[in-house]
Amino acid sequence: MSALVPVAVAVAGGVGSAGRYLVDQAVTARHSRRFPWGIVVVNLTGSFALGLVVGLAARHLSDDVALVVGVGLLGGYTTFSTATVDTVRLLSDRRHLTAGLHGLGVLAACVGLAALGLALTA
Amino acid sequence: MTEVGRRSFPPVLLVALGGTVGTAARHMVGPSIPDLGRLPAGILTVNLVGCFLLGCLAETLSRRGDDTGRRRDARLLLGTGVIGGFTTYSALAVDTAALLRDDAVATAVLYAVGTVVLGAVAVAVGIAVGRRLPGPRQAS
Repeated sequence: MSALVPVAVAVAGGVGSAGRYLVDQAVTARHSRRFPWGIVVVNLTGSFALGLVVGLAARHLSDDVALVVGVGLLGGYTTFSTATVDTVRLLSDRRHLTAGLHGLGVLAACVGLAALGLALTA
Repeated sequence: MTEVGRRSFPPVLLVALGGTVGTAARHMVGPSIPDLGRLPAGILTVNLVGCFLLGCLAETLSRRGDDTGRRRDARLLLGTGVIGGFTTYSALAVDTAALLRDDAVATAVLYAVGTVVLGAVAVAVGIAVGRRLPGPRQAS
């Protein structure tokens, strides 16, 4: 029933967001707190996963499933706002090189992983 | 003042609840903004608005005190949950990758780098606005 799809998207977003929180907690517990690895790992994995999903979507997934997983689950899982606040914090700590790596380096890596995901499935 | 013995809502549930709301908002707002040529204006708008809001929220909360109790709950529900769910990195990455694959290199670079740079500016503006909102000037 297509009226349920927006609800499913939202709920999947909640699940994805919870997943983000848990991954962030797990990664942060095991690595240096000097660099915000948690959200970086979330965004890297989420970008790769969405590349796979979008590549699969055209031929193998219904529009509804693609929406719920792509916009909902992975859209909720990844975050741009938290990552950018992290970049700004690094800048305000005068860790400019690290901020550049965090802002633009991670961007390039996420785009690369998304491209890989697309290429693997399309 | 510590809040010993206060039963708090589980953090992961606060995030899940907020994330549901933020994702619903993104799903409604995003597609309603038409692309600028091949530039994904909807996602760009959502991401920049989210950066502004999170900068504002972070500043507002830190002015009121440390990251405990209700402030921590507010951060988890509104910051990690609503705003974290509202913005998205995966769409930014995949849309950029698709532009590159289609040889729209200039658009791809402009979009991706522009989002990151403008996002940082939006966070800074949000922090500045948060600083000027009425409320306590020091941690209580």
